[in-house]
Amino acid sequence: MKKIENYNRSNLENFIYHEADLLDQWKLDEWLELLDDNFIYQIPSNDSLDTTHRKSLFLVADDSNRIKERVHRLKDKNAHAEFPHSRTRRIITNVLVREVNKIDEKIIINLHANFITYRFKRGGDIRTYVGSYQYVITEFDENYKIMQKKVILDAYELGTMGLISFIL
Amino acid sequence: MNSDHYVINDTKNFDFQVNRRSLVDQSILDLEMEKIFDKCWIYVGHESEVKTVGDFKTRNVCGRPVILCRDMNSNIRVYLNACRHRAAVVCRESEGNTRSFFCFYHGWSYNINGELDGVPGKASYPPSFDPSKLGLAEPAHVDSYKGFIFLTFNQNASSLVDYLAGATEYIDLIVDQSPSGKMEVIKGTQEYDIKANWKLLVENSFDDYHLITTHSTWLNYMKRSGVEIKKPEKGHLMPSHGIGKVLGNGHAVIDNVNFRGRPVAKWIPLYGESSKLEIEKIREELTNRLGSERSQRVAETNRNLVIFPNLVLNDGSAVTIRTFHPVRPDLMNVTAWALGPIEESEVARAVRLDSFLTFYGPGGFATPDDVEALESVQKGMATFKEVPWSVMSRGMSKDGEQLNTDELHLRAFWIRWKELMFNQIDL
Repeated sequence: MKKIENYNRSNLENFIYHEADLLDQWKLDEWLELLDDNFIYQIPSNDSLDTTHRKSLFLVADDSNRIKERVHRLKDKNAHAEFPHSRTRRIITNVLVREVNKIDEKIIINLHANFITYRFKRGGDIRTYVGSYQYVITEFDENYKIMQKKVILDAYELGTMGLISFIL
Repeated sequence: MNSDHYVINDTKNFDFQVNRRSLVDQSILDLEMEKIFDKCWIYVGHESEVKTVGDFKTRNVCGRPVILCRDMNSNIRVYLNACRHRAAVVCRESEGNTRSFFCFYHGWSYNINGELDGVPGKASYPPSFDPSKLGLAEPAHVDSYKGFIFLTFNQNASSLVDYLAGATEYIDLIVDQSPSGKMEVIKGTQEYDIKANWKLLVENSFDDYHLITTHSTWLNYMKRSGVEIKKPEKGHLMPSHGIGKVLGNGHAVIDNVNFRGRPVAKWIPLYGESSKLEIEKIREELTNRLGSERSQRVAETNRNLVIFPNLVLNDGSAVTIRTFHPVRPDLMNVTAWALGPIEESEVARAVRLDSFLTFYGPGGFATPDDVEALESVQKGMATFKEVPWSVMSRGMSKDGEQLNTDELHLRAFWIRWKELMFNQIDL
């Protein structure tokens, strides 16, 4: 393993903006193609930020199979909480490359980004989700894949956000 | 106000209807706070959440800020979180360990036994000022049953165990999942508001009639993961047999043959091959300890228990403690925790938590659709003047067994509600 300094983040930024765009457009199958085979998607409850999903109750803890099932469910009009789909708009800022390592031919990037996501639902309140994404992204052959997307929500009282029925 | 304007219970003509005004009207909620929430035993928390002296959690119970605390003598205490001087909250953190509760406004402080032990400038108070009478106030009674802590603001309340009535049988079935009889609340709290009347979540929490249509995507997911979903028997709606049962004092339960897997202890493919042996071991311990009949009941049935008015223990894909408090007629705060045996191995604990998330919670595969259903009901409730009544008579004309998809258990809640709201009984 070799540490890489001064990794250029502009391509990475484009990549996560593209990811956000796919989610905003509900192009979930295309979104799945951005994921690594060992992908994990996690949203810890806000009193368990210092532990793991194996020891503590999270809000979401999907492995690569569960996320495919989540997408399968969300495409079904019987996923009533998201039918009709909510409209979402993800605003992503403060992108920071935390650490970059090279293992064999693979580059592994720990990336931080802040987000504000608005969710609009017919007949419902506007919900605002604020927090940070902790990404682990791999680069291989100039191709990015997401290995981890951990969503840290800032709200003290998560209750006010109601559901997290779409993919943050 | 006539009670029959709210709940019609005509057993002769098999007619049971609930007036929708009871789900939209602020004056009804005000009355509920007085007649139900100020009178019943209400869930506060679990003993495992305050393990050592000085541990505390702050909560909102029946609209009151309270502190759940383990005092100097290791007793469980519940304090009203309000300074005796001007009522500012004396503990503003959600959890922690402390030696005192300090009101920053004027500096009054209390020890963890609730005693007032610091008053700046005490000399200016008249001689009648008596700090020993100004400790943190407590609810009329606090008691626990097998780790579950309840409070009541009702001075004349009967004992907790009398209040729980037949519900204790079902709490015992949960506690029996631990070899030592000790369960613990697992770290990690789920909170989600629902824009619906709190009584709708009572109904929803043990209403299996909605499962097939509301949760078809969850059932699909189960199927796709390798769980066998049998075709319902003739005249039934569910893939396995299940009954609704009334437990007294407004408590009721659905008691179902399990098809969806249980961390204690029925393995399904979703748990992964690597945990199969572990789940079998748990089952073996269960059988050795409880005998074949009871262990089968613990491991191969799942149960949704409603303890009147606002505690739900879902002993299903995991064990969920869920409680909820009304904020407005059309808004409630829901809090949920996972409960597990204290001696659970790391593998079994991980299975439990994973299993929990397949169904429950704001990001689960089922709960969001429940929330959507309740919010949808609440929106429709705006038509209550034109269409005042909801029918709740499923199973009413049948003799004998009531199914989980019938509504006997829902009616039990509403009958109790009516009795308390309209002074037909006095707690």
